Amino acid sequence: MSGATRSPLSIVVHLSVLLLVALWTLPTAGLLISSLRDKDQLAVSGWWTALSTSTQNLVQRAASPESQVEKDGKFVIFGNLLEGQKGSVSAFGYSSREPAAFAPGQTAKLNDGEQLTVRADGSYEIVSDTRMEGTRGQRIFFTAAVPPRFTLDNYREVLSAEGIAASFVNSLTVAIPSTIIPILVAAFCAYALAWMRFPGRAILIAVVVGLLVVPLQMSLIPLLKLYNGVGAFLGVPAKTYVGIWLAHMGFGLPLAIYLLRNYMAGLPREIMESARVDGASDFDIFVKIVLPLSFPALASFAIFQFLWTWNDLLVAIVFLGTGQEQLVLTGRLVNLLGSRGGNWEILTASAFITIIVPLIVFFALQRYLVRGLLAGSVKGG
Amino acid sequence: MPQLLFAIVTMMAGVLACAFYFLASNWLLDRIFPSQGLSGPKASRNLRISSAIRPWLFMLPALLALAVYLVYPVFESVRLSLHDRSGRDFVGLSNFFWMFGDGEFRQSIFNNCLWLLVVPAVSTFLGLVIAALTDRIWWGNIAKTLIFTPMAISFVGAAVIWKFVYDYRAEGSEQIGILNALVTYFGGAPEAWITLPFWNNFFLMVILIWIQTGFAMVILSAALRGIPEETLEAAVIDGASGLQIFFKIMVPQIRGTIAVVWTNITILVLKVFDIVLAMTNGQWQTQVLANLMFDWMFRGGGDFGRGAAIAVVIMVLVVPIMIWNIRNATRETGGH
Repeated sequence: MSGATRSPLSIVVHLSVLLLVALWTLPTAGLLISSLRDKDQLAVSGWWTALSTSTQNLVQRAASPESQVEKDGKFVIFGNLLEGQKGSVSAFGYSSREPAAFAPGQTAKLNDGEQLTVRADGSYEIVSDTRMEGTRGQRIFFTAAVPPRFTLDNYREVLSAEGIAASFVNSLTVAIPSTIIPILVAAFCAYALAWMRFPGRAILIAVVVGLLVVPLQMSLIPLLKLYNGVGAFLGVPAKTYVGIWLAHMGFGLPLAIYLLRNYMAGLPREIMESARVDGASDFDIFVKIVLPLSFPALASFAIFQFLWTWNDLLVAIVFLGTGQEQLVLTGRLVNLLGSRGGNWEILTASAFITIIVPLIVFFALQRYLVRGLLAGSVKGG
Repeated sequence: MPQLLFAIVTMMAGVLACAFYFLASNWLLDRIFPSQGLSGPKASRNLRISSAIRPWLFMLPALLALAVYLVYPVFESVRLSLHDRSGRDFVGLSNFFWMFGDGEFRQSIFNNCLWLLVVPAVSTFLGLVIAALTDRIWWGNIAKTLIFTPMAISFVGAAVIWKFVYDYRAEGSEQIGILNALVTYFGGAPEAWITLPFWNNFFLMVILIWIQTGFAMVILSAALRGIPEETLEAAVIDGASGLQIFFKIMVPQIRGTIAVVWTNITILVLKVFDIVLAMTNGQWQTQVLANLMFDWMFRGGGDFGRGAAIAVVIMVLVVPIMIWNIRNATRETGGH
């Protein structure tokens, strides 16, 4: 343990942790950076080049012939290909077969006698001896070096056009009640299992532990049938928010009861004994003493349940449906993966919107989450 | 917005109804079997009865929900797995016979076994290594937080993140996926990784490992800190090297915790669904049981018999862990 043997080893430790941290953060960083990039740049260069100037092959229509002006007996259309952005044009052309046939400053003769000039700064001019016809502008192909451009356009687009905003509200509608409703139900049950004496208590605790690992898949088909039956019987739709809240409550209860019971069982016996001597009933003890003392465990469970219900896909698409009106964020994202598989500007921005809420919750309340994790995994012998 | 308002109002109503239930049922119990103000045998009899009933009042809503959402479905799934697609006609074991003759099912079993072998092992191992390493450096807590972060990300979100990492462009054009960019940088040819049969399974597993390593790390890190200082000091004095201390003293001491982490991740792997659905939907030989089950639930209008049969297979795989958990938990509460 002398200084000479320690320092190379500790450098290795630092480097390997650094490498692991990079592996774990770079994928998310790539997503975030990409979602903020200009979509044309995103499509042609990696996000790690986001800060460097990129060379792009672009195509743009010139202004329509309706905007032509007469100058010295000639008809002229002018404008700028880069539309006020910085950058420089290194080549241009007028047909898709030869998109880089001319250098900036050269004049290209178009097929119908018009002359096209593009300068390095992106400004162009189409000159003709006769009045130009039509309403659509000439297509100009050009190669441009474009400086990095960051924008919120991708977010604007997915929030307005891709239904992400509506899904965001749907996700909130699912997650908040699904988090709060089970807490009270579970807390009463956990108190009974921790501090009340009755026959069958040990068996019930064992059942709760067993139910912790029952796969969700077991419940899907029977519950779907049940919901359809209840819906038909009562004459209401089978897929409702109330239905999904209750489903999330049912699936979350074993963990809630298990976590809270373990925590409550660890509270000092003397407090409860002395309260009982003072004539407090079980109900009073629970509401006035146990519930406030259990706040850390309640918070842990609430965070778990919120992350789980917000991030859930399976329960949402089975019990809420896949219609445009009901899709939650995760479901919407899966749909976009199918329909917009190549449009990374849409996928990255949508994905970031779906993960931002759990990330905020995570960073704000990490302490409780860790505590819950430590208490929630069944302890080994 | 009206929708959120509706949610909040319903939520309040639900919480109030719940609170009302507990208050009212307790009040009723105290009215029917009063113990205060009475004396002698009558009071003690009432006290006995009410304290026998009260726990069940406390537990009733939770037990009802557990019964409807978890217990009943287990039996109903087993029943449905012995019936035809609509659930009406009894067909014996024919769903199971069909299953074992079905190529896609065998593919799923094979893939699930791969997942079960690789994901828990790699996540636990990496979690353990990271926990041990980060304890030795001053910025360890920051590193831990960053590695723990993917836990908060949904499987679907993670799938998008990694699909972007694996993105493929034809050879010659600039790669925007970082994996292919690295491969071409070192002179290799780009690949469409997730369509590469057999190996693509591993590219999907990476996603779950990425998410679960943080979980393993947090739990194992706490366990490592629980090892008594004296044990480690004694080992250092005896001249044990760092690696020896790690493998011969630390790891055996936290064996129980390692088993807990391992089984927790195993359960999760058996249920893995979102990742496969979002990445490949079972194409290119990446099908797994949970996704296959979901598929049959809706395929051609839904085959509940076959879907339930696949669910039963998943359940059977979980049962050993369930029993192990219950035994551990009862041993623990036995002393309480």
